[in-house]
Amino acid sequence: MAKTKATKKPVEELTYEEALTELEQTVEMLEEEQNPLDEAMKLYERGQALIAHCGGLLEAAQLNVQKLAGDSLVDFEEESE
Amino acid sequence: MLQQKAETYSKCLCFLFNSNYCLYIEAKFFSVNSVLSVVKDFFIYYDGYSSNLLLIAFKPFYVILRIMQPDLFSTTLTVSQITFRIRKLLEDNPELQDVWVTGEISNLSRPASGHIYFTLKDKNASLRCVMWKTDAMRTRPVMQEGAAVEVHGRIAVYEPQGQYQLIASLIQAKGEGALFQEFLRLKSMLEAEGLFDAERKREIPPFPKTIGIVTSATGAALRDMLNTIRRRQPLVRVVIAPSPVQGVDAPPALVKALQSINAQNPDVILLARGGGSIEDLWAFNDERVVRAVVASEVPVISGVGHETDFTLCDFASDLRAPTPTAAAELATETTLDDLRDQLSSYQSRLTDLTLSLLADHRAYVTSLTARLKYVSPERRIQSENQYLDELSRRAVSALKHHIQLQSARVDGISKRLHALNPEGILSRGYAIITRKDDDKVVSKVSQAQGDMNVRVSDGEFEVNRK
Repeated sequence: MAKTKATKKPVEELTYEEALTELEQTVEMLEEEQNPLDEAMKLYERGQALIAHCGGLLEAAQLNVQKLAGDSLVDFEEESE
Repeated sequence: MLQQKAETYSKCLCFLFNSNYCLYIEAKFFSVNSVLSVVKDFFIYYDGYSSNLLLIAFKPFYVILRIMQPDLFSTTLTVSQITFRIRKLLEDNPELQDVWVTGEISNLSRPASGHIYFTLKDKNASLRCVMWKTDAMRTRPVMQEGAAVEVHGRIAVYEPQGQYQLIASLIQAKGEGALFQEFLRLKSMLEAEGLFDAERKREIPPFPKTIGIVTSATGAALRDMLNTIRRRQPLVRVVIAPSPVQGVDAPPALVKALQSINAQNPDVILLARGGGSIEDLWAFNDERVVRAVVASEVPVISGVGHETDFTLCDFASDLRAPTPTAAAELATETTLDDLRDQLSSYQSRLTDLTLSLLADHRAYVTSLTARLKYVSPERRIQSENQYLDELSRRAVSALKHHIQLQSARVDGISKRLHALNPEGILSRGYAIITRKDDDKVVSKVSQAQGDMNVRVSDGEFEVNRK
């Protein structure tokens, strides 16, 4: 679990769930209290970036609705009443 | 004549006719047969015009024998007494207390009290019915004049009017009964197969990333669900597989929609339809659709019709929601606000943790500093310095001493040197003779040849020896 470094993507590319999962892990790693200080600071910075990213995603959240047409997906147009 | 009398005395249960007792029951429906079975020994007169059944007993004593105690042969009953007995007869009969009656609604009346009064009719008979407010509130709007319905209820007697009536508890459109039987048959069959077992139910993910919706593309149900999801959890992605939800095409289309939506790998599927009659909802009782729900790889939440509607899909699904909106709510257990809360809790945990981590590190550094001071070489350096100073002092004084010593020696040597100065000897009358050609000192007679220099104390002169 602690070795997620290899797969670290830029925060901006993460989906909300990926970001949240990594945030959870980050907090857990910090809780282990066995990190070198510079690594802990990196974790903290990463955590802050993840939080900002998640917050941004939440603010900008827009329901993405698609419709199956045959075997492909098309954007869903809601009929106005 | 007979009929007129019957109407005249319609409030009585018992009257005299041609010196005989005649039992009159105002009956407008077949179920009165059950009543009649009790008094079947009597002559029954059926008046088709007014749909009244007349029980005419020409053997009054026999009647009384059957209804009352033998020792009351000659006793006349009060209206209340006979009515009570009739009532008891009807209301003690279990069959009459749990009957389905089919007919058409007429004389519908819905006063402000909330109770519903109506008469059920068929070609030949009629039956007064009443539905109390509490049941009436739950009934769907099939209550119209002339509607063919099936009514469930119990027969009761309204004593002040001497009327028996059906206390209705449930009303449904005609034909629903047969559908209901089919529903029960399918249900018990699929149940026996274990398709509805609780162990089959899967967990609904609390925070799905993708929600699949199978419903009509045009219904209000879809709009309700989308609004609910948008309000609660707009972070989610929704994929819709539109399908007709009623009619003969609906079941295969629903099956196909369920399969197509499964191919999109959503985290949960909403199978939904707005309210309607049992026929409208019937596609959701179709065996094919039920099996498709069971076969779904993805957990299914069903939200079909209203709170009171149960379809087989509801039993087969992993979670039953009373309505489409409720289904959308159940699929978005984690709302946007929950996520915000979660995020801010992570935020403070992260900050607190880091601050305490930093404080720990700072404290550790402080303690290390103290320890470092304790083992510091500073003091040793000082003592080394001191030693160096001392050495340096010692070196200086040693050097001075040495220099004095040397200068004293130089003095002595210089005196001795002075004493040894050949010039001093010359002054005592000695001379130094050197050969001119090679400058050698002549210390033997044999060396004394040619020109030689003779040096005395105050100068020199030349001599020559041949």
